[in-house]
This record gives sequence, C-alpha cells and structure tokens, in this order.
Amino acid sequence: MNRLIAYTLIAASLILSGCNIEPWVKPYERDRLADPIMSFSRDPVSSSYLHHVYQARESARGAEGGQGGGCGCN
Amino acid sequence: MVQKVAKAAVVVVTRTIKTAFLFSTLLLSLVAQAAILPEERADILFHSYDGGGVTIDGPSILVSKQVGDSFSFSGNYYVDSISSASIDVVTTASPYAEERTEYSVGMDYLRDKVTISTKYTQSDENDFNAKSLHFGISQEMFGGLTTVAIGYSRGWDTVGKLGDPAFAIDVDRENYRASISQVLTKNMLMEVGLEVVTDEGGALNNPYRQVRYINPANVVRGYDYQDEVYPDTRTSSAVAIRAKYYLPYRAALHGEYRFFTDTWGVNGNHFEIGYTHPFRKNWIFDFRVRNYSQTKADFYSDLFQFANAQNFLARDKELSTFSSFTIGAGVSYEFNKNFLSFVDKGSINFSINNISFDYDDFRDVRVSATPGTEPLYSFDANVIQLYLSLWY
Repeated sequence: MNRLIAYTLIAASLILSGCNIEPWVKPYERDRLADPIMSFSRDPVSSSYLHHVYQARESARGAEGGQGGGCGCN
Repeated sequence: MVQKVAKAAVVVVTRTIKTAFLFSTLLLSLVAQAAILPEERADILFHSYDGGGVTIDGPSILVSKQVGDSFSFSGNYYVDSISSASIDVVTTASPYAEERTEYSVGMDYLRDKVTISTKYTQSDENDFNAKSLHFGISQEMFGGLTTVAIGYSRGWDTVGKLGDPAFAIDVDRENYRASISQVLTKNMLMEVGLEVVTDEGGALNNPYRQVRYINPANVVRGYDYQDEVYPDTRTSSAVAIRAKYYLPYRAALHGEYRFFTDTWGVNGNHFEIGYTHPFRKNWIFDFRVRNYSQTKADFYSDLFQFANAQNFLARDKELSTFSSFTIGAGVSYEFNKNFLSFVDKGSINFSINNISFDYDDFRDVRVSATPGTEPLYSFDANVIQLYLSLWY
C-alpha cells in the first residue's frame, strides 16, 4: 500500500510538473498531425462497423481504439 | 484462518485499486487542460458482409451535433439483416433469417482540456437483447502532446431461445479501458490502449450450438451431438499499440499490434499495417492488411471422445485455433461547399475488405469421412461499405 502511494505521488508530481514541460513539438509544427489522414479513426461509423465484424468472428475483443465501448452483440 | 487471510487480502487489494482509481480520476480533473469535441457530421452507411453461407447487411446512420461550446450530442441507428446458412446452422439446425437493431445516444462534455463522454446503447433481436452504459473521461496534457483516457462500461444482456419462452438468461458485462495517445514527433503519433472485459451469466455461448462426440452406436455418422456447456464467467484483457507516421510527401503509414488473452485459455495476436494516399485534391485511397491468429479455449474440441467428456464443452469455431487474414482497400471522394447551403463539405466513400478464415482444429462435417478425418474448414468473406459523410 505504501509503495502504491509512493508511486502515485511520483506519478502525480510528474503529471503536475508536466504542465510546465516545454512541448517538443510546437503548436505551429503540428499541421501534419492535424491532417485528417493522420487520424486513427477517420470515419468512426466505418471503423466501429469493422470492429463489430471482427468481434463477432474472433475471440479477441477490446482495445480496438477509437470510441470503444463494445458492440452490444453476441 | 486461511480463508480470513485471503479475504483480508482481497479487501486490501480492492481498496488499493479503488483508491488509485479515485486518485487518478481526481488528478485528471485537477490538471485540467484539454481537447476538442467530436466533429459535427452525419454519416449514412450501407454495410454488407457475405461469407461462409452468411449474409448480413443493413444501414448505419451516425449524427453528431454540437450545442454551445461545451456539449456535443450523437445518435446512431444500426441494423444487421442476417440470413444464415453457416456451417453450424446447416449441420445442426436450419437456415434462418433475423434482424438486429441497435440504437445509441451519446453526449460529450468539454471543459478546459477534459472531455467527459457518456453513451447508452440498446440492441434488440428476437432472441437476444442488450443494453449498455458507457462512461469515459479524457485529458490532454503536456501542452497537448499527450492525451490520457479512462473508461468504464456496464452491459446487461438477456439471452433467449426461440421456441422456448421459459429460456431467458441474464448476462452482465463490464469493460474497463485506459489509453494514452502521444505525439512523438511532428510526423508521428502513437497510442497505447488497454481494455479488460468481464462477462458473468449463464449463457455466454450461443444456446443453439452443439458439440459432437464419438458414438460408435451411430452407424451412419459415427458421432452424435449434445449441447455445449460453458463456464459462467469470462475475463479478457487486450493491450494494443498503434502508430501513425506522416511520410515526406502527403501520405500516412499506420501500424498496429494487439495482444489478447482470456481466462478460457485463448491467446490472440493481431498485426495490421495500412497506407493512406491522397490523390490530387479530392481523392483519398486507403490500403490495409491485417493478420490475426489465436489459440483455442481450454474446453474446445472439434470431436470429443465420448458424451459428457468433461465439465465444459465447446465447439464454437470462434474458440478454436485459427487465423484470419484481411486485405482491404478504400476510396473517398471529397466535395466542397456549393452542395447544400448548410453543408461545409462532404465525401462519398467505398471500401472492400476480403477476410480469409483458416481453422486448424474445426472440421467440415458436411463431408462424410471417418470422424476426425474430415477436411479442415476455411472460408472467405467480403465486407463492403458504401457511405456518405456530411460536415456542417
């Protein structure tokens, strides 16, 4: 438990101090990242359908990225 | 005494997890910076799956709309029209047709750099109903280079059986999600995700499915069928890492690896690479290949040695040892303005994915042979999507 608190506090201080971290990719250097072709899920309606296709036929489920939340199907 | 110690340990671990979860949630809200709401867009999709004697098609309509600067609402209507003469159906039942309809409504709330998302989903078919609630919170930090997200979902299913009105079994589901998205360079993004899912209930299998076992008394086939028997619980974990890279010219590469494991003994590996290539001003082409393979569940067998051979029995090919390979391509054509006064831009999209499933220990019993020597089963499926997207 003590170890957990210690780790949590370290993580907390890193996160809090992170507010002051100088971003190594400046906002004006992010035009490429903002291009729609760089989206992990450019069209959510399409990617959630494909996840559903695979979930119905493979055992693996979860961590598909995008919005997540399962397909409510069996 | 041993029981007491074990119980105390469980209480401590539970408290520890709860404390850590609450604390990290608190931190996320304290360090509030932020993100953006979902795009204002509408998508009308027609989907079609055809393979292994099964055809499934129908529409999916997804609409998102912002209200003010802080709220976004979304709604999805989705239909699967199923016509099935799959290998399971033709060997142990009769071909059937049915429809599944799914509705979901969602809301996103943005405050500074925190986005809180909720969604309710309901799915209905004649012998299966599912309701689920989803909750998520995401936080941008480190000057927008990192996004941390956590989520929780709860689902309530009711499984029925046609022709048996007394058969109604509840299944509860819980999902825990966490992910980190990271800007690595001005050309590269990475995302790591983890999701744990637990199911609990008396019908984690399809109640119509059966297993087969050797029965020399059956002189025609040499085997007989009995109902499947599944455990009442299943917990699975999946961890994924994916990256996207912007090439020196305007195009993007995508790579993904996902590992899956569950308490039924299934381990899966999923690899994927993709390439996105814009062409001239209006076209975008997508190409992808995906490979998935898994090991079988501990209680799966294509052919048991005798009736009631073990306490749990499964012959679902989804729980067998198999691999699938997908090759896919898509094209989008984007048109701007001058279409409808309230539309900023739109796109027409078409994609096709071919999936080959190859089973290592699921046999094609439509072929008569000595039990256990039938050819291994395999099939190909084509998945087609045609959709119109409008941004407003």
